[in-house]
Amino acid sequence: MATTVINVLNQYSRDRRNLIPILQKVQEKEKYLSSESISEISIYLGISENDVYSVASFYSQFRFIKPGEHTVKVCLGTACHVRGGARVLETVERELKIKPGQTTADGKYSLETVACIGACALAPTMVLDNEVQRSMTPQKVVDLLKSKNKAENDAK
Amino acid sequence: MITADFRAMAESDWQSITDPSIPQIFIGMATCGEAAGALSIYKAMESALIKNRIKARIHKTGCLGMCYCEPMVDIIKPGQPRITYKNLTPETASELITDYLINGNYRPDLALGVWGKELDGIPNLFGLDFMKFQQRTALKNIGVINPEDISQYVACGGYKAFEKALGTSQQNIIDEVEKSGLRGLGGAGFPTGLKWKACYKTQSFPKYMICNADEGDPGAYMDRSLLESDPHSVLEGMLIAAYAIGCSRGYIYIRDEYPLAIKRMAIAIDQTRQYGLLGDNILDSDFSFDIEIREGAGAFVCGEESALLASIEGNRGMPRHRPPYPAESGLWGKPTDINNVKTLANIPAIITNGAEWFAGRGTESSKGTAIFALTGKVANRGLIEVPMGITIRRIIYDIGGGVPDGKKFKAVQTGGPSGGCLPAELLDLPIAFDSLAAAGSIMGSGGMVVLDEDTCMVDVARFFLDFAQQESCGQCIPCRLGTKQMFEILDDITKGNGKQTDVDVLLELSDSIVRTSLCGLGRTAPNPVLTTIRYFRNEYDAHINDKKCPANVCQALVNGGQVDE
Repeated sequence: MATTVINVLNQYSRDRRNLIPILQKVQEKEKYLSSESISEISIYLGISENDVYSVASFYSQFRFIKPGEHTVKVCLGTACHVRGGARVLETVERELKIKPGQTTADGKYSLETVACIGACALAPTMVLDNEVQRSMTPQKVVDLLKSKNKAENDAK
Repeated sequence: MITADFRAMAESDWQSITDPSIPQIFIGMATCGEAAGALSIYKAMESALIKNRIKARIHKTGCLGMCYCEPMVDIIKPGQPRITYKNLTPETASELITDYLINGNYRPDLALGVWGKELDGIPNLFGLDFMKFQQRTALKNIGVINPEDISQYVACGGYKAFEKALGTSQQNIIDEVEKSGLRGLGGAGFPTGLKWKACYKTQSFPKYMICNADEGDPGAYMDRSLLESDPHSVLEGMLIAAYAIGCSRGYIYIRDEYPLAIKRMAIAIDQTRQYGLLGDNILDSDFSFDIEIREGAGAFVCGEESALLASIEGNRGMPRHRPPYPAESGLWGKPTDINNVKTLANIPAIITNGAEWFAGRGTESSKGTAIFALTGKVANRGLIEVPMGITIRRIIYDIGGGVPDGKKFKAVQTGGPSGGCLPAELLDLPIAFDSLAAAGSIMGSGGMVVLDEDTCMVDVARFFLDFAQQESCGQCIPCRLGTKQMFEILDDITKGNGKQTDVDVLLELSDSIVRTSLCGLGRTAPNPVLTTIRYFRNEYDAHINDKKCPANVCQALVNGGQVDE
């Protein structure tokens, strides 16, 4: 694990201005920021771990616990809100039996909310593993998760 | 100069696309198109071409702005005009290959419009209500060209304005932009020329240029579409600005929720470098400039310029007091010019056509055009560019096709969390910076969300204050605690626990927050509450006094069995 972080660090100069790009790159590779990664970054840039945490925890992009295999992001922007975004979120919560910020017990799904993904004309939307899903309804949520699970089982 | 060879090659390639010897197929592949299924359309058409042994060229374009018609495909058949097809499925897209390309049937049932005169009952695309009231300047290339191919941008006149700028003095360019009356389109509307001049005059080096693409307003996606569909227009605007001001280094700060915009901008930057438009001694001049993309990390407040600077420097994105303004002391204490995506996309046209041309459109104090993302409860949802001074009615009813499903219009929300909700009585209000401000809202970055009779205005106010209190950076007390208090009062009202004094307390809190917050986030956060109280006081009264939600949205009040049928 440490080698991934070191490989990332080697792409950047030891300059504070690289802190956020480094955090982003490490999270992209490891899916989250472990305390070991934070420690490596702190040593590399010569700033305290406290300082690294203070920056990382300010931004909602960064996670400190390992997420599930798949990520569901429900958009709660204005256009989604007025077109039923809350019902989409409720359905995902019910289907996965988790709340935003949580991961299912089997480690399969994480649920997040996002302030706006900027696909407002297709509202309400959600994002499943980087793929934008448009005009969602509670039924479409159920069907989508079902077909995702089926595809995975078939692949096994 | 861009080598004459390259421009000639780009133009002749473009000629072979617009007047082709083999069919040309354009598939809209911005985020909206992809979400609507453009990728499966692409595959279906590709295999239909192979199956029928037809030689054709497929282009991936951006977004034409007619998001309600996605997935969309344009086809140019040799000797025929470009025809746009709408709401396709993989099946109907394959049918177009056999029916139109082989058998010559235009399939008017699938068509949206012709890029030219009416044909076989298919109307002129630009004569459609959605298009005919628009004046596309910054958006002129979106959905027309392939954003990942610099030669298509060049063929459409790209980088000519930059070449012209390089041949004139820095002062001249700044004067021209100042005379044009262009105001910042990120929300605040500060005159762009004055900003440039202040940065130009500051004697400290190096100077930095930043494109603010941290489009955080929920309900807004103009910048995303522009970056995904025509990134070079933004780069050209940045190059002109950097040359005029004397900046040697640039950043584009794009929010991480926009992966496709980041990808397309990275491709565009690589291509400009390849053609000598970025780097040292650009086009053999004395001007050297390079650009780096910085990804936002999910903090709304970073759209505020001083917070954005802190973020690029590697710190928590917290705003600071201004003055000094970034033009004097910005990144690492050096002079920094910060402009929004749409502002920059307007620059090439101003340089090409002159300040007078630009100032000839719009109103006395708001020149040029405004770009809006028209969404919510409206039939035609999409991206529009309209002259300043156009009425809200024309946008919603003529361009947008009105409120669908026979519902009644209630309000339009502009300016996102910093803006307000305007009622039906203001439908004839002309859109301009000052008129919107006088009505209690703001022009904002360009989100325009239509609300119908099924929307509860107290719930909308609660929604925005929830957003504001979550996104407050926590540095100053009025914003951190004030927005939280306002949210809790609104939450109580929507749950049937409103008190007689609540509206007065909300007004009092708003007044303090507006007057004492450190940055624009706090200073404008009460706007959604102030406008809903101003125009929809009856809804607050119904929730507080009668424990009723007139729109039947607030669950606690609906479930209480107190709903009028």
